[in-house]
Parts: sequence; structure tokens; C-alpha cells
Amino acid sequence: MKGVQIQPAMPRSWRPETKPHKFCPGCGHGIVLKALGEAIDELEIQDRVVFGCDIGCSLLAWDFFNVDTVQTHHGRTTPVMVGMKRANPELIVVAYMGDGGGYAIGTQHLVNAATRNDRITVILVNNTQYGMTGGQMAPTTLPGQKTETTPFGRDPELTGYPIQGPEMVASITRDGAYVARGTVAKPRQLKGFIKRALQNQMAGRGFSFVEALSTCPTNWRTNAEDTWKFIEKEMTKYFKVGEVKVPPELARGKGEREDG
Amino acid sequence: MARPVKILLAGEGGQGVQAVAEIIAEAAYEKGREALYIPNFGIEQRGGVSLAFVQVGDEPIGPPRFETADLAIALSDRAVVRSRPYVGPETTFIYDSSIGTNHLPQGVTRLVAVPAIEVSKKELHPRVFNVMILGAVIGLTGVITVEEAKEAIERRLGHRFEKDPALRELNHRAVERGVELVKGKL
Amino acid sequence: MPAKPKPVEGEKKVFMTGNEVVAWAAAAAGAECMYGYPITPQNEIMHYWTRLAPKFGLIFLQTEDELAAGFTMLGGVLAGRKSFTATAGPGNTLMQEPLSMAEMMRLPAVVVIQQRGGPSTGQVVYSQQEVTLTSLGGNGEGLRVVYSTSSHQDLYDYTIKAFNTAWRYRFPTFVLGDGYQGKMREPVVMYDPELRGVELVPAEPYVGRPGTPGVDRPPAHLRNAYSIEEELYEAVMELVREYEKVAPEIVEHEAFGVDGARVVAVAHGVVFRAVKGVVRELRQQGVPVGYFRPITLRPFPADALRRVAATGVRLLVVESAYGQLARLVKEALSGLPAEVHGLYKPGVLVGQGEIATRIKTLVQGG
Repeated sequence: MKGVQIQPAMPRSWRPETKPHKFCPGCGHGIVLKALGEAIDELEIQDRVVFGCDIGCSLLAWDFFNVDTVQTHHGRTTPVMVGMKRANPELIVVAYMGDGGGYAIGTQHLVNAATRNDRITVILVNNTQYGMTGGQMAPTTLPGQKTETTPFGRDPELTGYPIQGPEMVASITRDGAYVARGTVAKPRQLKGFIKRALQNQMAGRGFSFVEALSTCPTNWRTNAEDTWKFIEKEMTKYFKVGEVKVPPELARGKGEREDG
Repeated sequence: MARPVKILLAGEGGQGVQAVAEIIAEAAYEKGREALYIPNFGIEQRGGVSLAFVQVGDEPIGPPRFETADLAIALSDRAVVRSRPYVGPETTFIYDSSIGTNHLPQGVTRLVAVPAIEVSKKELHPRVFNVMILGAVIGLTGVITVEEAKEAIERRLGHRFEKDPALRELNHRAVERGVELVKGKL
Repeated sequence: MPAKPKPVEGEKKVFMTGNEVVAWAAAAAGAECMYGYPITPQNEIMHYWTRLAPKFGLIFLQTEDELAAGFTMLGGVLAGRKSFTATAGPGNTLMQEPLSMAEMMRLPAVVVIQQRGGPSTGQVVYSQQEVTLTSLGGNGEGLRVVYSTSSHQDLYDYTIKAFNTAWRYRFPTFVLGDGYQGKMREPVVMYDPELRGVELVPAEPYVGRPGTPGVDRPPAHLRNAYSIEEELYEAVMELVREYEKVAPEIVEHEAFGVDGARVVAVAHGVVFRAVKGVVRELRQQGVPVGYFRPITLRPFPADALRRVAATGVRLLVVESAYGQLARLVKEALSGLPAEVHGLYKPGVLVGQGEIATRIKTLVQGG
């Protein structure tokens, strides 16, 4: 075929040698990391980004990118990247974690980094349970959802309702913070949110946070159809997709706050 | 090998015990001697008995706390009780004459009451009570001279004396009065 | 761009608290970042550091807890700046989390510990009860360096040395003091290390080096997790080999009067000051006694102590803990028929009178 440019399937900032990746079939991490990779490419910051990953399935991304990477301890990616950014503000630091790393063991650090308005970008992958350890309840598990530690379904009387992470972050941050919730069901929109979250850090404006609704058919024990049904129909009952907080400068650029 | 002089000061928080201890230690250091000072400290920020351990000598001081003081000064009832573990038969034990005699340590050869609180109230000013105690310590141990004490006080409070020179006079008088109070008491 | 002023120029003798000494020493060593969390009795290190910070362009953050203090410190190290933190007691317990990561990843972390009474909240004043935790803490093999100081001069000298040791050998390095050292005032000589021929090992970044990763240079892929047992085995054995190789260069101790001694007192930190005075006085009286002071608790000066113990001398371990130093001593002497006695006073400074009495009893065969 002459004159046809074949679009590379893989972002330039990905590391080809470690592909195919180690995530399960149907895992949402691959889609989130692709959105992140494309955002890094488009912003041309491959030489400035440091990618931090947590414990949980996110740790499998330790050699995923052609980007300096440090895998840390569970819930501690945020403080490592905070310390790194304060020591070298030229770096663009990304703290990548799951719902446990951000909303359970790491909440202390998330809340304080947000309150300090640390210029870091946190990407939190929400798949409503703890994947790597075999599917236990997470702060994001839906009421009635069966997990290994709620085999009869999560009882909100006993364990509360799913945490509203981005809403919490939005309420404790001031102007300058960027907060959004995307979904792997809408990868282009997710990429846009991640890109704006990185731009917000590059502009030195403030704390940037993107929660990404994601899939885990392995622990959900769902087939393809039910997997998509869960993320598109069930999860969205509790987790509203869209931008939650946008600094005025960013809002001017690309139109209004993006919802849904 | 000359042992250092071991001084224990004990009083209520607010009586200025730590300031006195710090002045003695710092003045001794300034004149080229070896000195070590440590306050007691605990969880409470205020209240409680304030203890200060000061050692002055010619060789580097050993452990920061000692078992038996050469000189112990207690400025309140509670201070007397708290200082008793550090008092031995050879300790010179000074206490303010306003303190009741029920809890005083037994078997001490040199037990001396001084009317420090009364004198500072009547003749000087309650705020320089602790400076009088400083004078008493100098008078009893000679670890530093009156001049050196005055220099140390100047280093610490000189900026305040600039605004109110009468304060300097008051402090100097307090040191001298403290020395007088213990003269001939041993 | 004008050079930053040096925190300590030339040499000067001062009279200050140990916590203040630590702040100055760290700055003199070229430390640029302190991340910390308040806990008695080390708070003043932060107080002094934050006051030095604007003058010398230093970085500081008070974090949300000791976990964050440790991990932000590691972030600073990864970015290529000499970084440190300080803690005590329950904070030291939390600090094992980040320090385990430092151990696995060979990160040059520097931590100052001012021991207080434990376990749990204990007392905020003094102890030597964090020896086990500091020397062997974390969920690994305890591949770390621990310097036990016993004077302000030690605090100054060994805080500087800690940064050099950490960045040269890349094992987490500790300065183990205590609340008394932190709060007492005594003379110390502060100096510009380079004037005394102490070369400052430079820091270098782990991440963010020049060039595009995967294009101009390999990316830094730093991890502490392994999939297979054998992978981890290889990684740990590599750490152990490296540690054992450099241990002889790091280990330090001091001893006196051990030749011909009937009893040798073993002590560290401020308890050593008490022991030293007692031993010297007893020897003047003709009592055959000596002392052995481990300066590095990790790596422990086992060879030197074994030489002492081989003579059949009785050892008396004196500490403000219930056998934590003794445990290290016994491990070092394992295989030798050495008699190890203990004078244990958890959380309390052992008195010189008590030490002297005990030594004399042991000398007489009791």
C-alpha cells in the first residue's frame, strides 16, 4: 500500500523489550498505561518523567516504560515522589497506584500531599478490589459486591460505602489543583484527563489527581461481556466520570469542564 | 585525677532553675573549663519539678547524670523530695528556709537553710530570685567568679539591659546578695 | 552563580546541645534535604535545621508521619541530594518500613536516632533500647551501618562520616544517640570537614540523569520486588557479599586495658562514658580491668572482641537496655567459651558506683 502511514500501536515512551506485558487478559492497567504513554509522548516529556509505582498490580509496571521508574512500598509512592519532586523540581513525577495504595494504606500520604498542594501527578487505578493479593475488599468495593473478604457481599453497615476519592481530593485542595475521574471504557477521554493532569504539574500550579475506573476480570470472575457491564453500568452508579476540579487556566484552554 | 564538681539544682517550674544551670555551665566553659549541663525533661510541657545537673571540671566530664551531688539546692517542698535520691552524707544540701523540715534528707553533714525567697521578695525583686541562687552556688563552690557570672548574664540578657539599665543593676546585686547569703554557712 | 556559603567555615569550639550539633554536622557534610516528623527527644534537630535552611539554601519538609519522613527522604536520595531524617522510639519502629526499602535497593539513607525508653510510648528521655531495632530492624538481613556516639564530638564527627559511608558504600546508615546526648550541653569543635582532610563523597542522582531513557541511555528501572524465590536469593546474596566485603573498612571500636585484664567492661553510647571513668579509676587502684567500646554496632567489631575474649577474660556488658548489646556480643563470640555477664538497666543511665561494685565482684571471682 503506498502513501499509508501505519500508526504505531505502542507509545514511544513504552519499552518494547518488556512487551507483551505481564498484566492479565482483560486488565485495565494496559489501557491506563497506554493513555499515560500517549500523554507523555504528546507532551514530549519522556526525558523528564519519573514514574513511581506502588505495591499491587501496579508494580508490574516497574520496567514498562522507557522512563526512569522506581517501584516503592504499598501506599508510599506518593511520599517518595513528593520527596523527589522537592529535591528536583525539574522532574515530572507520576505516582501510580491502586485503590489500596491510595485509599487505604496510603490515604494519609494522599491527603497530606493534596493539602500541601504538592506539584505531583497521582494516577489511581480503581478496580474495586485488591488484585494482586487475590481479590480482597477495597475501600472502593461496591455494596453487595462479593470479594474474598466479603464472600457474602459487602455490607455497608459493617464496612461503609465506596470512598469518593476525587471528590475528597477536590474538597481539600485549593485553586491550582486538577482532579478528575476517567475510565478505561473511554480511553481517549482518560488520556485527555491524564494529559491535563501532567500539564498542571508542568505549569507548577498544584496537585493533580486522576482516578481511572478499571477492570479486573480475574478477580471479578467475569467474562468479557459482564466485565464491561460492571465497569460501564455498575461502577458508574457510585463513581461519576468526569473532571471534578479544573484550575481556571486549564479550563480556558480546552473549553468547559468535561463531564461524563 | 580531679573529679568534677557535681551540682544539682531543683525547683518548681518557673523558679528559673534551668537558666541558672545554663549560666553556670556556659560561664565555666567560657573560662576554658570542662562543663556539662543537662535538664531533666518529661512529657508535660509545664508543671512538675525542674531538675538541672551541672558538672564543672578540668577533664572531659563523664556521664551526664551523677549518682551523688556535691552540692544540691532545693527550692520547694517537691524539689526536696525529687532531689533526695542524689543526696549522700557528703552532699552539701541547701534549701530555702520557707520549706518545711519534714522531708529533708537524713544523715547529711551539711544542711543549710537560706532565706532566698524572702530576701528576693523583700530586698530585690522576685524575678531575680534565681540569680540569687546563682550567687549562692558561686559562693559555695567557686566554680566561676562573680565577675564571670555577671559576664554570662550580660551575654544572655544584655539586649534587655540596653532598654532598662536598672535591670542590670538588679541582677548584679542579686548575684552579690546570693554570695552573701551563704557566706560562713558551712 | 555565586557558590553557596559553607555552613561551617574553619574551626570553632562551641557549647551547645547534641541536637543542635547534629543539624550543623549534617549541613557541614553537604546534606541538602531533611524530612522529619516531631517526636521527643530529637525535635530540636528540625528546629535548628529549619533556621539554617534559608541561610544555606537547604530543603526541609515536616511530613505527616515517620513513614512519610523516611520515604520522602528516599525520594530526595533518588533525586541525587544528600538527605536525612531523625527519629526515636515509636518513630523508629515506623522507620523500619522505608529503611527496608533502602536496604534492598542500596539507597544511601542517613537516619539519626535519639533513643528513648520503650517499648511503646515508654518514656521520652533516654535509653539504649533501640539497639536491636536500629541494628537489625526491617524485614531483611539488617544490612545497615550503625554508629553509636558517646559525646558531642562523636555526634559531629560521625554524622559527617555517616553521609560519606552511606554514599560510598550505599547501605542505609544510622547515627545512634540518645535523649541525654540530644538535650545536654557540652563543648564540641565544629569544623569544615574538607579543612581536616575529610573528603566529602559526592551525591549523584538515580533518576533524571541527562538524556532520553531508552534512546540516549538505558532507563533507570529500580525495584525491590521479585517474582521467583531464586531471583530474590540471588539479589540478597549479592547484597550480603557486598556488605561483607566492605564491613572491614567500616567497622570501628576502641579498647583500653584489655591486656592482662580479669574483667573487661563492654559498653557503648553514654554508658561508655560511665564505664570509662570507672575503669580508669579502678586501674589506678591496681584492679586488673579494661573496657571495650563498639563504635559500629553494625557491622559489629566481632574480630576485635573475639581476640579479647579468647584470653579467658570475664566480660561485663553494661547497658541501659535488657540485654540488647549483650545479644550482639554473644553472637559475635559464638563458638568461644566466653563468660558474658550483664548489668542491665533498661531506660536508666547506669551509675558509676554500681558499675564499680559489680566489676570488683567479678574480679574477685564472684
